[in-house]
Amino acid sequence: MHEVGIAASILESVETEARRRPKARFAAVGVRIGELSNVDQDALAFAFEALTRKTPMESLRLEVEWCPRRQKCLDCGEEFAVLEFDLNCPKCGANKTSCVGGTELDIAYLELEEPCEKL
Amino acid sequence: MREIVEKKVLSENDRVAAELRQRYRDENILCVNIISSPGSGKTALLEKTLASFTKGAAVAVLTGDLQTDNDAKRLARYGFPVRQIVTGGTCHLDARMVVKHLDEMGFRGPGILFVENVGNLVCPSGYDLGEAAKIVLLSVTEGEDKPLKYPGIFHRSSLMLLTKTDLLPYVEFDPKLALENARKVHPEIEQIELSSRTGEGFGEWMNWLRALQRKVQVEAVAVS
Repeated sequence: MHEVGIAASILESVETEARRRPKARFAAVGVRIGELSNVDQDALAFAFEALTRKTPMESLRLEVEWCPRRQKCLDCGEEFAVLEFDLNCPKCGANKTSCVGGTELDIAYLELEEPCEKL
Repeated sequence: MREIVEKKVLSENDRVAAELRQRYRDENILCVNIISSPGSGKTALLEKTLASFTKGAAVAVLTGDLQTDNDAKRLARYGFPVRQIVTGGTCHLDARMVVKHLDEMGFRGPGILFVENVGNLVCPSGYDLGEAAKIVLLSVTEGEDKPLKYPGIFHRSSLMLLTKTDLLPYVEFDPKLALENARKVHPEIEQIELSSRTGEGFGEWMNWLRALQRKVQVEAVAVS
Protein backbone atom coordinates (compact mmCIF):
# COMPACT_ATOMS: atom_id res chain seq x y z
CA MET A 1 0.00 0.00 0.00
CA HIS A 2 2.39 2.74 -1.09
CA GLU A 3 -0.22 4.51 -3.20
CA VAL A 4 -0.68 7.13 -0.47
CA GLY A 5 2.99 8.04 -0.91
CA ILE A 6 2.58 8.10 -4.69
CA ALA A 7 -0.51 10.31 -4.42
CA ALA A 8 1.36 12.62 -2.03
CA SER A 9 4.25 12.87 -4.52
CA ILE A 10 1.84 13.76 -7.32
CA LEU A 11 0.25 16.46 -5.16
CA GLU A 12 3.68 17.83 -4.19
CA SER A 13 4.47 18.24 -7.88
CA VAL A 14 1.16 19.99 -8.47
CA GLU A 15 1.90 22.33 -5.56
CA THR A 16 5.33 23.10 -7.00
CA GLU A 17 3.72 23.96 -10.34
CA ALA A 18 1.06 26.02 -8.55
CA ARG A 19 3.71 28.10 -6.78
CA ARG A 20 5.29 28.87 -10.12
CA ARG A 21 1.98 30.22 -11.45
CA PRO A 22 0.07 31.78 -8.59
CA LYS A 23 -2.79 32.86 -10.86
CA ALA A 24 -3.44 29.50 -12.52
CA ARG A 25 -6.20 27.18 -11.34
CA PHE A 26 -5.68 23.50 -12.02
CA ALA A 27 -8.61 21.36 -13.01
CA ALA A 28 -6.83 18.05 -13.43
CA VAL A 29 -3.49 16.31 -13.26
CA GLY A 30 -2.73 13.60 -15.81
CA VAL A 31 -0.50 10.68 -14.90
CA ARG A 32 0.78 7.65 -16.79
CA ILE A 33 0.98 4.38 -14.91
CA GLY A 34 2.70 1.36 -16.38
CA GLU A 35 1.67 -2.18 -15.59
CA LEU A 36 5.17 -2.89 -14.22
CA SER A 37 5.07 0.12 -11.90
CA ASN A 38 3.32 -1.79 -9.13
CA VAL A 39 0.78 0.94 -8.59
CA ASP A 40 -2.84 -0.02 -8.14
CA GLN A 41 -5.16 2.43 -9.90
CA ASP A 42 -8.08 2.09 -7.49
CA ALA A 43 -5.88 2.46 -4.43
CA LEU A 44 -4.25 5.51 -6.00
CA ALA A 45 -7.62 7.11 -6.76
CA PHE A 46 -8.74 6.43 -3.18
CA ALA A 47 -5.54 7.91 -1.71
CA PHE A 48 -5.71 10.94 -4.01
CA GLU A 49 -9.28 11.66 -2.95
CA ALA A 50 -8.46 11.20 0.73
CA LEU A 51 -5.47 13.55 0.55
CA THR A 52 -7.28 16.32 -1.33
CA ARG A 53 -10.55 16.23 0.60
CA LYS A 54 -11.23 19.52 2.37
CA THR A 55 -8.10 21.10 0.95
CA PRO A 56 -7.72 23.79 -1.73
CA MET A 57 -7.09 20.92 -4.16
CA GLU A 58 -10.41 19.21 -3.48
CA SER A 59 -11.68 19.86 -7.00
CA LEU A 60 -8.52 18.59 -8.70
CA ARG A 61 -9.21 15.53 -10.86
CA LEU A 62 -6.75 12.69 -11.26
CA GLU A 63 -6.64 11.40 -14.85
CA VAL A 64 -4.84 8.10 -15.31
CA GLU A 65 -3.52 6.66 -18.53
CA TRP A 66 -2.80 2.96 -18.04
CA CYS A 67 0.25 1.77 -20.02
CA PRO A 68 0.66 -1.92 -20.85
CA ARG A 69 4.09 -3.48 -21.15
CA ARG A 70 5.57 -2.83 -24.60
CA GLN A 71 8.55 -4.52 -26.20
CA LYS A 72 10.60 -3.61 -29.23
CA CYS A 73 12.01 -6.31 -31.49
CA LEU A 74 15.80 -6.06 -31.76
CA ASP A 75 15.67 -7.72 -35.21
CA CYS A 76 12.87 -6.01 -37.13
CA GLY A 77 12.13 -3.02 -34.89
CA GLU A 78 8.45 -3.88 -34.39
CA GLU A 79 6.92 -2.43 -31.22
CA PHE A 80 4.13 -4.38 -29.59
CA ALA A 81 2.03 -4.63 -26.44
CA VAL A 82 2.75 -7.76 -24.42
CA LEU A 83 -0.09 -10.19 -23.84
CA GLU A 84 0.17 -13.16 -21.49
CA PHE A 85 3.91 -12.64 -20.90
CA ASP A 86 4.72 -13.45 -24.53
CA LEU A 87 7.84 -11.40 -25.26
CA ASN A 88 8.44 -12.85 -28.75
CA CYS A 89 8.00 -10.55 -31.72
CA PRO A 90 4.52 -11.09 -33.25
CA LYS A 91 5.76 -9.90 -36.63
CA CYS A 92 8.99 -11.83 -37.27
CA GLY A 93 8.98 -14.29 -34.36
CA ALA A 94 12.38 -13.22 -32.98
CA ASN A 95 12.88 -13.84 -29.26
CA LYS A 96 15.26 -10.90 -28.72
CA THR A 97 13.12 -7.96 -27.69
CA SER A 98 13.66 -5.20 -25.19
CA CYS A 99 11.24 -3.49 -22.85
CA VAL A 100 10.25 -0.01 -24.03
CA GLY A 101 7.09 0.61 -22.02
CA GLY A 102 5.15 -0.42 -18.95
CA THR A 103 7.37 1.00 -16.21
CA GLU A 104 5.88 4.51 -16.45
CA LEU A 105 5.07 6.42 -13.30
CA ASP A 106 4.96 9.89 -14.76
CA ILE A 107 3.11 13.15 -14.41
CA ALA A 108 2.19 13.90 -18.00
CA TYR A 109 0.19 17.12 -17.91
CA LEU A 110 -1.82 19.63 -15.93
CA GLU A 111 -5.20 20.78 -17.09
CA LEU A 112 -5.64 24.48 -16.42
CA GLU A 113 -9.00 26.12 -15.94
CA GLU A 114 -9.68 28.80 -18.50
CA PRO A 115 -9.38 32.17 -16.82
CA CYS A 116 -12.73 33.95 -16.52
CA GLU A 117 -12.74 37.32 -18.20
CA LYS A 118 -13.87 39.93 -15.74
CA LEU A 119 -16.55 42.17 -17.15
CA MET B 1 -5.93 24.38 -21.55
CA ARG B 2 -3.46 21.54 -21.21
CA GLU B 3 0.07 22.12 -20.07
CA ILE B 4 2.61 19.35 -20.60
CA VAL B 5 4.64 18.57 -17.47
CA GLU B 6 6.52 15.31 -18.22
CA LYS B 7 8.06 14.55 -14.90
CA LYS B 8 8.57 11.33 -12.95
CA VAL B 9 6.18 11.02 -10.03
CA LEU B 10 9.11 9.89 -7.89
CA SER B 11 11.49 12.49 -9.31
CA GLU B 12 12.47 13.72 -5.85
CA ASN B 13 13.46 10.20 -4.81
CA ASP B 14 15.26 9.74 -8.14
CA ARG B 15 17.22 12.94 -7.51
CA VAL B 16 18.40 11.78 -4.07
CA ALA B 17 19.15 8.31 -5.48
CA ALA B 18 21.31 9.88 -8.20
CA GLU B 19 23.31 11.65 -5.48
CA LEU B 20 23.73 8.37 -3.65
CA ARG B 21 24.86 6.67 -6.86
CA GLN B 22 27.49 9.38 -7.34
CA ARG B 23 28.63 8.98 -3.74
CA TYR B 24 28.97 5.21 -4.21
CA ARG B 25 30.99 5.81 -7.35
CA ASP B 26 33.25 8.38 -5.66
CA GLU B 27 33.84 6.16 -2.64
CA ASN B 28 34.00 2.91 -4.55
CA ILE B 29 31.06 1.34 -2.73
CA LEU B 30 29.11 -1.54 -4.22
CA CYS B 31 25.51 -1.18 -3.03
CA VAL B 32 22.98 -3.96 -3.54
CA ASN B 33 19.28 -3.65 -2.71
CA ILE B 34 17.87 -6.92 -1.40
CA ILE B 35 14.13 -7.40 -1.81
CA SER B 36 11.66 -10.21 -1.12
CA SER B 37 8.41 -11.14 0.56
CA PRO B 38 8.52 -11.25 4.36
CA GLY B 39 10.11 -14.52 5.45
CA SER B 40 11.96 -15.45 2.26
CA GLY B 41 15.30 -15.41 4.07
CA LYS B 42 16.86 -11.99 3.51
CA THR B 43 18.29 -11.73 7.00
CA ALA B 44 19.47 -15.36 7.04
CA LEU B 45 21.17 -14.73 3.68
CA LEU B 46 22.94 -11.70 5.10
CA GLU B 47 23.99 -13.53 8.27
CA LYS B 48 25.62 -16.27 6.25
CA THR B 49 27.08 -13.73 3.82
CA LEU B 50 28.62 -11.61 6.59
CA ALA B 51 30.05 -14.77 8.15
CA SER B 52 31.90 -15.44 4.87
CA PHE B 53 33.84 -12.16 5.02
CA THR B 54 37.11 -11.95 6.90
CA LYS B 55 37.24 -9.82 10.04
CA GLY B 56 37.77 -6.16 9.24
CA ALA B 57 36.44 -6.40 5.67
CA ALA B 58 34.77 -3.20 4.49
CA VAL B 59 31.18 -4.40 4.59
CA ALA B 60 28.08 -2.77 6.08
CA VAL B 61 24.35 -3.42 6.27
CA LEU B 62 21.30 -1.18 6.41
CA THR B 63 18.25 -3.21 7.28
CA GLY B 64 14.69 -1.94 6.98
CA ASP B 65 11.62 -3.00 8.92
CA LEU B 66 8.32 -1.47 9.91
CA GLN B 67 9.09 -2.09 13.57
CA THR B 68 11.78 -3.56 15.88
CA ASP B 69 15.56 -3.69 15.60
CA ASN B 70 15.56 -7.50 15.74
CA ASP B 71 17.28 -7.86 12.38
CA ALA B 72 20.03 -5.38 13.23
CA LYS B 73 20.67 -7.30 16.47
CA ARG B 74 20.91 -10.57 14.54
CA LEU B 75 23.28 -9.05 11.99
CA ALA B 76 25.45 -7.09 14.45
CA ARG B 77 26.86 -10.34 15.84
CA TYR B 78 29.20 -10.64 12.86
CA GLY B 79 31.23 -7.57 13.79
CA PHE B 80 30.42 -5.33 10.82
CA PRO B 81 28.61 -1.98 10.93
CA VAL B 82 24.86 -2.59 10.89
CA ARG B 83 22.06 -0.09 11.22
CA GLN B 84 18.35 -0.64 11.55
CA ILE B 85 16.00 1.61 9.61
CA VAL B 86 12.64 1.53 11.36
CA THR B 87 10.17 2.89 8.84
CA GLY B 88 7.30 3.05 11.33
CA GLY B 89 4.78 1.72 8.85
CA THR B 90 6.18 2.73 5.50
CA CYS B 91 6.26 -0.34 3.31
CA HIS B 92 9.56 0.36 1.51
CA LEU B 93 12.86 2.18 1.93
CA ASP B 94 13.41 5.41 0.03
CA ALA B 95 16.64 7.12 -0.95
CA ARG B 96 16.37 9.76 1.76
CA MET B 97 16.21 7.13 4.53
CA VAL B 98 19.34 5.52 3.12
CA VAL B 99 21.22 8.85 3.06
CA LYS B 100 20.26 9.62 6.67
CA HIS B 101 21.30 6.25 8.03
CA LEU B 102 24.40 5.98 5.90
CA ASP B 103 25.54 9.35 7.27
CA GLU B 104 24.78 8.32 10.84
CA MET B 105 26.56 5.02 10.41
CA GLY B 106 29.60 6.81 8.97
CA PHE B 107 30.39 3.98 6.54
CA ARG B 108 33.07 4.92 4.02
CA GLY B 109 34.20 3.06 0.93
CA PRO B 110 35.72 1.22 -0.68
CA GLY B 111 33.48 -1.63 0.34
CA ILE B 112 30.13 -3.34 0.01
CA LEU B 113 26.86 -1.96 1.36
CA PHE B 114 23.98 -4.40 1.65
CA VAL B 115 20.57 -2.78 1.91
CA GLU B 116 17.93 -5.16 3.21
CA ASN B 117 14.64 -3.67 2.14
CA VAL B 118 11.32 -4.02 3.97
CA GLY B 119 9.77 -7.44 3.29
CA ASN B 120 7.47 -6.61 0.40
CA LEU B 121 7.49 -7.54 -3.29
CA VAL B 122 5.45 -4.56 -4.43
CA CYS B 123 6.35 -1.17 -3.01
CA PRO B 124 10.18 -1.31 -2.86
CA SER B 125 10.46 -1.94 -6.60
CA GLY B 126 9.76 1.66 -7.67
CA TYR B 127 12.12 3.37 -5.22
CA ASP B 128 15.65 3.70 -6.54
CA LEU B 129 18.21 3.64 -3.71
CA GLY B 130 21.20 4.30 -5.96
CA GLU B 131 22.10 0.61 -5.89
CA ALA B 132 24.18 -1.15 -8.53
CA ALA B 133 21.70 -4.01 -8.57
CA LYS B 134 18.41 -5.15 -7.12
CA ILE B 135 18.42 -8.74 -5.93
CA VAL B 136 15.14 -10.55 -5.44
CA LEU B 137 14.75 -13.60 -3.21
CA LEU B 138 12.22 -16.34 -3.82
CA SER B 139 12.13 -19.16 -1.29
CA VAL B 140 11.13 -22.68 -2.25
CA THR B 141 8.25 -22.57 0.24
CA GLU B 142 6.57 -19.97 -1.96
CA GLY B 143 4.89 -20.52 -5.33
CA GLU B 144 6.83 -20.84 -8.59
CA ASP B 145 4.44 -18.32 -10.14
CA LYS B 146 5.48 -15.40 -7.93
CA PRO B 147 7.46 -13.79 -10.79
CA LEU B 148 4.23 -13.70 -12.81
CA LYS B 149 2.20 -12.35 -9.90
CA TYR B 150 4.75 -9.64 -9.07
CA PRO B 151 6.36 -8.88 -12.44
CA GLY B 152 7.52 -5.37 -11.49
CA ILE B 153 10.22 -6.46 -9.08
CA PHE B 154 11.41 -9.45 -11.13
CA HIS B 155 11.63 -7.18 -14.16
CA ARG B 156 13.90 -4.77 -12.28
CA SER B 157 16.13 -7.31 -10.51
CA SER B 158 19.46 -8.45 -11.92
CA LEU B 159 19.53 -11.63 -9.88
CA MET B 160 16.99 -14.02 -8.42
CA LEU B 161 18.20 -15.96 -5.42
CA LEU B 162 16.23 -19.15 -4.92
CA THR B 163 16.53 -19.62 -1.15
CA LYS B 164 15.94 -22.44 1.36
CA THR B 165 16.90 -25.11 -1.17
CA ASP B 166 17.60 -27.49 1.73
CA LEU B 167 13.79 -27.77 1.97
CA LEU B 168 13.36 -28.93 -1.63
CA PRO B 169 12.90 -32.60 -0.67
CA TYR B 170 9.91 -31.65 1.49
CA VAL B 171 8.02 -29.22 -0.71
CA GLU B 172 6.50 -29.36 -4.15
CA PHE B 173 8.54 -26.67 -5.80
CA ASP B 174 10.01 -26.85 -9.26
CA PRO B 175 13.10 -24.58 -9.50
CA LYS B 176 13.13 -24.88 -13.30
CA LEU B 177 9.56 -23.63 -13.52
CA ALA B 178 10.37 -20.71 -11.18
CA LEU B 179 13.26 -19.67 -13.42
CA GLU B 180 11.13 -20.08 -16.55
CA ASN B 181 8.51 -17.78 -15.02
CA ALA B 182 11.11 -15.22 -13.98
CA ARG B 183 12.55 -15.20 -17.51
CA LYS B 184 9.09 -14.70 -19.01
CA VAL B 185 9.11 -11.38 -17.19
CA HIS B 186 12.83 -10.65 -17.46
CA PRO B 187 14.71 -12.80 -20.00
CA GLU B 188 18.16 -11.66 -18.76
CA ILE B 189 17.64 -12.32 -15.04
CA GLU B 190 20.32 -14.51 -13.47
CA GLN B 191 19.56 -17.18 -10.90
CA ILE B 192 21.46 -18.79 -8.06
CA GLU B 193 20.02 -21.53 -5.87
CA LEU B 194 21.21 -21.47 -2.28
CA SER B 195 20.55 -22.49 1.27
CA SER B 196 21.59 -20.22 4.10
CA ARG B 197 21.30 -23.23 6.41
CA THR B 198 23.67 -25.62 4.63
CA GLY B 199 25.73 -23.05 2.74
CA GLU B 200 24.94 -24.68 -0.61
CA GLY B 201 25.28 -22.14 -3.43
CA PHE B 202 27.16 -19.56 -1.35
CA GLY B 203 30.34 -19.92 -3.38
CA GLU B 204 28.39 -18.97 -6.49
CA TRP B 205 26.67 -16.08 -4.70
CA MET B 206 29.93 -14.64 -3.36
CA ASN B 207 31.49 -14.96 -6.83
CA TRP B 208 28.52 -13.12 -8.31
CA LEU B 209 29.01 -10.29 -5.81
CA ARG B 210 32.75 -10.08 -6.52
CA ALA B 211 32.12 -10.02 -10.27
CA LEU B 212 29.61 -7.18 -9.82
CA GLN B 213 32.07 -5.31 -7.61
CA ARG B 214 34.75 -5.56 -10.31
CA LYS B 215 32.28 -4.42 -12.97
CA VAL B 216 31.24 -1.39 -10.87
CA GLN B 217 34.90 -0.50 -10.25
CA VAL B 218 35.74 -0.71 -13.96
CA GLU B 219 32.73 1.50 -14.79
CA ALA B 220 33.75 4.03 -12.10
CA VAL B 221 37.24 4.29 -13.60
CA ALA B 222 35.76 4.69 -17.07
CA VAL B 223 33.50 7.52 -15.90
CA SER B 224 36.13 9.46 -13.92
